[in-house]
Amino acid sequence: MDWIMPAVNFKLILPEIILCVFAIFILILDPFLSRGRKILTAHLAWIAIVLAFLANLSLWDFQDTTFSQMFLVDNYATFFKFIFLVGSFLIIFASMNYLKREEILHGEYFSLILFSTLGMMLLASGFDLIIIFLGLEIMSVSLYVLAGFRRGDLKSNEASLKYFLMGAFATGFLLYGIVMIYGSVGSTNLEQIIKSIAFGEAGPNLLIWAGAGLLLVGFGFKIASVPFHMWVPDVYQGAPTPVTAFISAGPKAAGFAALLRVFLFSFVTIKLDWTMIIWIMAALTMTVGNIIAIAQSDIKRMLAYSSIAHVGYVLVALVAGGETGISSALFYLLAYTFMNIGAFTVVIALGKKGQENTGLDDYSGLGSRSPLLAVLMTVFMFSLAGFPPTAGFMGKFYVFSAAVKSGFVGLVIIAVINSLVSIYYYLRVVVIMFMHPPQPEAQKVPLAFGAALVLLISIWGVLQMGIFPESLLKVAQASVSSIF
Amino acid sequence: MDTWILTILTFFPLLGILILLLIDRSKLGTIKMVAFVISSLNAIFSLYIYFNFAAESSAMQFSVNKAWIESLGISYHLGIDGISLFLVLLTTFLTPLAILSSWSAITEKVKGYYISMLFLETGMIGVFVSLDLFLFYVFWEVMLIPMYFLIGIWGGPRRIYATIKFVLFTMTGSLLMLVAILVLYFMNHSFTGTYTFNLLEITKLPIPLGAQFWLFFAFALAFAIKVPMFPFHTWLPDAHVEAPTAGSVILAGVLLKMGTYGFLRFCLPLFPNAFMDYGTLFSVLAIISIIYGALVCIRQEDVKSLVAFSSVSHLGFVMLGLFALNVQGMEGGILQMINHGISTGALFLIVGMLYERRHTRLISDFGGVSKKMPVFAAFFMIVTLSSIGLPGTNGFVGEFTILLGTFKSNVAYAVFAAVGIILAAIYMLWMYQRVMFGKITKPENEKLKDLNLREKIVLIPLILAIFWIGIYPKPFFSKMEPSVKSLLENARTKYEKNQLFEESLQVDSQQMEQMKQME
Repeated sequence: MDWIMPAVNFKLILPEIILCVFAIFILILDPFLSRGRKILTAHLAWIAIVLAFLANLSLWDFQDTTFSQMFLVDNYATFFKFIFLVGSFLIIFASMNYLKREEILHGEYFSLILFSTLGMMLLASGFDLIIIFLGLEIMSVSLYVLAGFRRGDLKSNEASLKYFLMGAFATGFLLYGIVMIYGSVGSTNLEQIIKSIAFGEAGPNLLIWAGAGLLLVGFGFKIASVPFHMWVPDVYQGAPTPVTAFISAGPKAAGFAALLRVFLFSFVTIKLDWTMIIWIMAALTMTVGNIIAIAQSDIKRMLAYSSIAHVGYVLVALVAGGETGISSALFYLLAYTFMNIGAFTVVIALGKKGQENTGLDDYSGLGSRSPLLAVLMTVFMFSLAGFPPTAGFMGKFYVFSAAVKSGFVGLVIIAVINSLVSIYYYLRVVVIMFMHPPQPEAQKVPLAFGAALVLLISIWGVLQMGIFPESLLKVAQASVSSIF
Repeated sequence: MDTWILTILTFFPLLGILILLLIDRSKLGTIKMVAFVISSLNAIFSLYIYFNFAAESSAMQFSVNKAWIESLGISYHLGIDGISLFLVLLTTFLTPLAILSSWSAITEKVKGYYISMLFLETGMIGVFVSLDLFLFYVFWEVMLIPMYFLIGIWGGPRRIYATIKFVLFTMTGSLLMLVAILVLYFMNHSFTGTYTFNLLEITKLPIPLGAQFWLFFAFALAFAIKVPMFPFHTWLPDAHVEAPTAGSVILAGVLLKMGTYGFLRFCLPLFPNAFMDYGTLFSVLAIISIIYGALVCIRQEDVKSLVAFSSVSHLGFVMLGLFALNVQGMEGGILQMINHGISTGALFLIVGMLYERRHTRLISDFGGVSKKMPVFAAFFMIVTLSSIGLPGTNGFVGEFTILLGTFKSNVAYAVFAAVGIILAAIYMLWMYQRVMFGKITKPENEKLKDLNLREKIVLIPLILAIFWIGIYPKPFFSKMEPSVKSLLENARTKYEKNQLFEESLQVDSQQMEQMKQME
């Protein structure tokens, strides 16, 4: 029997190939590097990201499938890949100094980051539930390891184990959902699914609903929406801070990439049935996240709950649906990547060897100790709270306008009340930085080159998307048109 | 030049911020000088709009309309008419005075302070000149940030509580307003087919009465909190008492006017039916504000909180004038906005000067001050009388015109409001008497020094303005009259159109039902 090589368009998966090759190369190279030269792996990693970015850039406005319609490249996927790559790029630079300081600079860290990014990209490009599942697993398994990267630290171990157990459980749900869909439709291809449902060829409705519900649980866990958010605070607090920043940005966006694609593409014909559920999820996610965040005295935990709240805002965009809804979700996720990684980078900069300094008290008087850092943190906080002229405001504005357009004014009112609640705890950080006296032993915070670069890029992103969002809005809108 | 002037006025202070950022933190003198010079230059630039303003026209002048975020229909649309002209001027002239008044009062984090002041000026002018709903909202929010820092960093002992309360109160209203803006935006799209936030376009939109009600209240809540009207006034005393002197001056002088300005610029043209139909409610609230504010003033022991509560009362007058819905009431209201900015601004400056000398503001700690500070006493007296509304001062012109307008529309309102003037005389004069006259009871007061040159320079322009408006208010009225008239006329026409439209809808639905019954 002859084995025929399937016709694969390698151009489409060039970004993925680049990441994969570099990730493996870093793994192999790592043992041969002496202790002092491990930083080389970091440089390889960001070079890989830049190359993948360029490869991805060449795929803009390109639409095709490969691997027997399992892998799709369209502007939607490409835009998400930009978000992931930007996020990973920033995280690599934010991590360098941290890893050195904590003496855990090993090559596999960067290799895992690349693998995880690869998984996210598969999620965005997956046009088949199997690919989506594969991407999810590649991404998650790398993250489980990363969360426990501070091997000597109990909290980090706890985070890793919790994340793994809960994650595995959620994966089970997702897989079970895929099985049910397959049982009903007879295919895992998204295009087939929409056709079967639309033409009424699919099996019993109950199976599809159950399948969709289980998929929602699986994705809900990855994006950390209420009521599947329980893992977030502990994992965020325990994981090394750069990893926390990483988890909060890219993987979440990846979860949304798949969620939006599956629900707004394949299940669009039964949209009425699931919109109400997501409406409730969105309302709960925002409210729970914001209200619990008020009570936190640790900034990592606070940002963890705030990230839950932000998921709620993106879910509002999902409820809104349609072209505006999705493009607003894309815009918001990009904005969130900049402002959140920026805020976490400040958190990283404040840490010292062996002590993370993540209590809110550690920020007191930062305004007089390190004015620049404090001002940057202030901008990120204002952006997270949704004040103009920042990316956070533009993002929220766009999401809310999409929801109003689709007639969900009630949900928007819940969302704005939530924004109001969130202002309180974001501003508290600012209050502590500028209006509390510094602690006696506190000193000026040193800023490494990597962190400075990350802060520069994030602040640029936050202000660019806040003041002159036109170009990125257009890109976000163009990314969506391919779906409809 | 005409299309550039408003942009220059709005963003020139940002240039000052850039310069300040380059100056070393320790060079206090240079920092103060730069901030003062920049804001004074802005005041001089703003004379251009005063002298080139076409008084006979009711159209938007000096306007500029450029696409900003084209894909969402958001434009950079600025322009002023007779209503916003004086508010812009008030802002540009009050800011340098406020900066000058902080010369010796602010000793910590000086650079940040002046950066905040200039940033605030940009935000305030932006609010008054924006004619795009989105742009307006951006400035409206942006302006909160520097004010938040001004109160929170350079404020009094309870500053953190006060500043967070201030932000949360304001945001509550403005976020609901954002939702209303979005609803308007899509309503306009479904009616005309274009996406735009342009106020002048959206004004043409006929809005069903039911929707008008909700949208009006979303806007009105945001503005009523800002004014502040009873019962949303509780943030104001806290914010005023804790804010540094210059913060209070700007807060009372300009920020509060954004609320009343919002009612005029947005609520009336956009939702004339709701505005006129619920006029009674707002007039009554305004009267409650006037009398309640005045009564609370009488019982204050702290001079600054007395002045703060008097703002509630004075702004009640402005609201009453606006809701009188005739030319006199509105013109009086607008003039009174300016008057309040001048008089109350001056009062806060005076309180600040006392506080700088004695580090207390309690009325009982003073007494007999006029013997030691005669020049100060004269200035204080003039400002006090202007705040009460003595003929010959600006307060008289404003309040009299408002009462005239109110009297025309509802006699009872005018009678109640007049009580407020009497109460104002009681609390202001009684306060003045206890602080300035009598025997010197505290030994600290023996050593009080009279005003220095800088303080005189701060107060003299305000005193001149008090007499100018008091004796010759014609340039003010003549510039605002066409705008006010056309505003009212357009609102009335739109009111009737909407009413007819609504009735025709009802007739339609009745006919439909009859048809159904026939079938």
